[in-house]
Amino acid sequence: MALNNIWVFAQAANGAPTSATLELLTKARSLSSNVTAFMGGDGNSIAATLGEYGATKVYSVDHGSNLPGVAIASAMKSVIDGGDKPDLIMFPQNYEGRDTMSRLSVKLNKTVITNNIDIADSGDGVTTVTPIFGGNTLVSTTFTGEGPFLAAFRPKSFAPEASGGGAAAVTAVQVPDLGATGGAKVLAVHVEETTGPKLDEADVVVSGGRGLGESDKYVLVEDLAKILKGAPGASRAIVDAGWVPYSYQVGQTGKVVKPSVYIAAGISGATQHMVGMKGSKNIIAINKDKEAPIFGIADLGIVGDVHKVLPKLIEALKSR
Amino acid sequence: MFRAVTDEAKELTINSSRKELYGTSEPATRVTPRLGEEPCASWFMSDRVGNNGHLMNVIVCVKQIPDPAAPGALDAGTNTLKRDGKLVIDDSDMYGVEMALQLVDAAGGGEVNLVSMAPNSETSGMRTALAMGAAKGVLVSDPALQGSDALTTAKILAAAVQKLGGADLIIAATESSDGYTGTVPEQMAEVLGLPSVTFAKKVSVDSGTLKVDRQTESGYDEVSCPMPAVISVTAGVVEPRYPSFKGIMAAKNKPIEEVKASDLGVTPVGWEGAGQKISGVAQAEARQAGEIIEDDGEAFGKIVGFLENLKVI
Repeated sequence: MALNNIWVFAQAANGAPTSATLELLTKARSLSSNVTAFMGGDGNSIAATLGEYGATKVYSVDHGSNLPGVAIASAMKSVIDGGDKPDLIMFPQNYEGRDTMSRLSVKLNKTVITNNIDIADSGDGVTTVTPIFGGNTLVSTTFTGEGPFLAAFRPKSFAPEASGGGAAAVTAVQVPDLGATGGAKVLAVHVEETTGPKLDEADVVVSGGRGLGESDKYVLVEDLAKILKGAPGASRAIVDAGWVPYSYQVGQTGKVVKPSVYIAAGISGATQHMVGMKGSKNIIAINKDKEAPIFGIADLGIVGDVHKVLPKLIEALKSR
Repeated sequence: MFRAVTDEAKELTINSSRKELYGTSEPATRVTPRLGEEPCASWFMSDRVGNNGHLMNVIVCVKQIPDPAAPGALDAGTNTLKRDGKLVIDDSDMYGVEMALQLVDAAGGGEVNLVSMAPNSETSGMRTALAMGAAKGVLVSDPALQGSDALTTAKILAAAVQKLGGADLIIAATESSDGYTGTVPEQMAEVLGLPSVTFAKKVSVDSGTLKVDRQTESGYDEVSCPMPAVISVTAGVVEPRYPSFKGIMAAKNKPIEEVKASDLGVTPVGWEGAGQKISGVAQAEARQAGEIIEDDGEAFGKIVGFLENLKVI
């Protein structure tokens, strides 16, 4: 089937569309000339950029203090019921994208395919590609039946590229009465302050794992990241242990990073983690256990104690 | 089917001084609406006895998965994850079970019950949760469910929740460790017509209202949510207890009711209801390992050289 009408779940941060939004718009316009951005918040402020990356239309939803997922899904359903029916809705694989597509999938009684890195329309089927087993195996899944097809894509699956389109026309959509489902309300928003480059944009990432032994050793990771003008990251294990905030997490459930250099310190290389960093151009791993899976993908592997290697490395770099 | 709350509640409390609070009421018979009817939350609430000291009943979704330490494999015939070996409780679900036990304890009484969907009548993972202190469970095990997508799974688990008579709170992990579709909790909430808070990293109950710190990209949101509700909890939200020997022994005799998809009135299921089919499986281009050296005290120099070559420094 042809994809005549594609929606992209769009998000803004700090007054600009997120990189995930631009990635999805870029892919969407390669599949169809009719691309709509559907977003929470005020669409007017970013309509120009959304248009530049391929959106010809913007639906914007003021969800107020409602959690975005349930409110935007209801708004999407009302637009679809009103006659604008997309063949495909592309979501980013993140909190709000997941919530929205989950709610909508029940409302439309349609399946969801998540964690994708690619999508193609062969003419007789729309097929997504999902990496499994830490990215060793790629599974192709084809939607059956009628659209709208709901698919979520991992960050950095597509390279964002402006098309030079004009500003997209914005239509405000009201949130329908949510009834009991709208019971959850946001009372306060807390932003964790970070300095230095953003983890998912940094050219160098230094991540620490359980091999650091204790939380106060994480400062070694921060020091090295700072010297290399990079961002500090973490494995899920030490985030779960409460050493560093979740925003530091690299992996399946955290950030996907593709820096020029990724340094994994005291990280064994669980599938969970490798999915989030194996796209790095160069990988350096330091780990005591020479059997650690991380060495299977490292360009330079040091079998050794991070407590010995890192201080010497930091000292050597400082003295340059 | 339901046992008196007194038997169960004592097992799951850590604080024995609370025991005298139990034993006052048994769950009332609740009305179970059929799936597909207009969502209505009120039926969940029928046995609430006020905001102070009421029983808090929690249902935890528990997934039983292939041992994550073993390499995963796809079934050559169906291209689905092989689940024919021994299954274990998904580690991610331990946090939900612990959270449920703590909330019930804090409320002064109630029950933690389980729902699970697994092939081959598998219960070993559920037994782990029962050993931690859950009271009973419903297992949906049915060959017809093979190939089911996340939406069907959510419909099945929602129906299992209804079979248990609903609850004040339904807890799931944010995603499973084997399939990690990550949509089932929110889909269940929509099927049940309930509010939901996903990615909860801190949860408490104040005067019958949930207070949740919800993880966001840049930090967290403080969210309030009336019950009944569905939440998904992140790993690390609480420290799961180890089942005691007494708990493990007690778990052997706790009831798990096994039902089929047809018993729950959910159709279609399996591949037929999936809305997707596996059309291909390929090996990804493998990343080659590079140079591996043992640290002789000077290995840091290798890293410096490597970074110099890349002109990072």
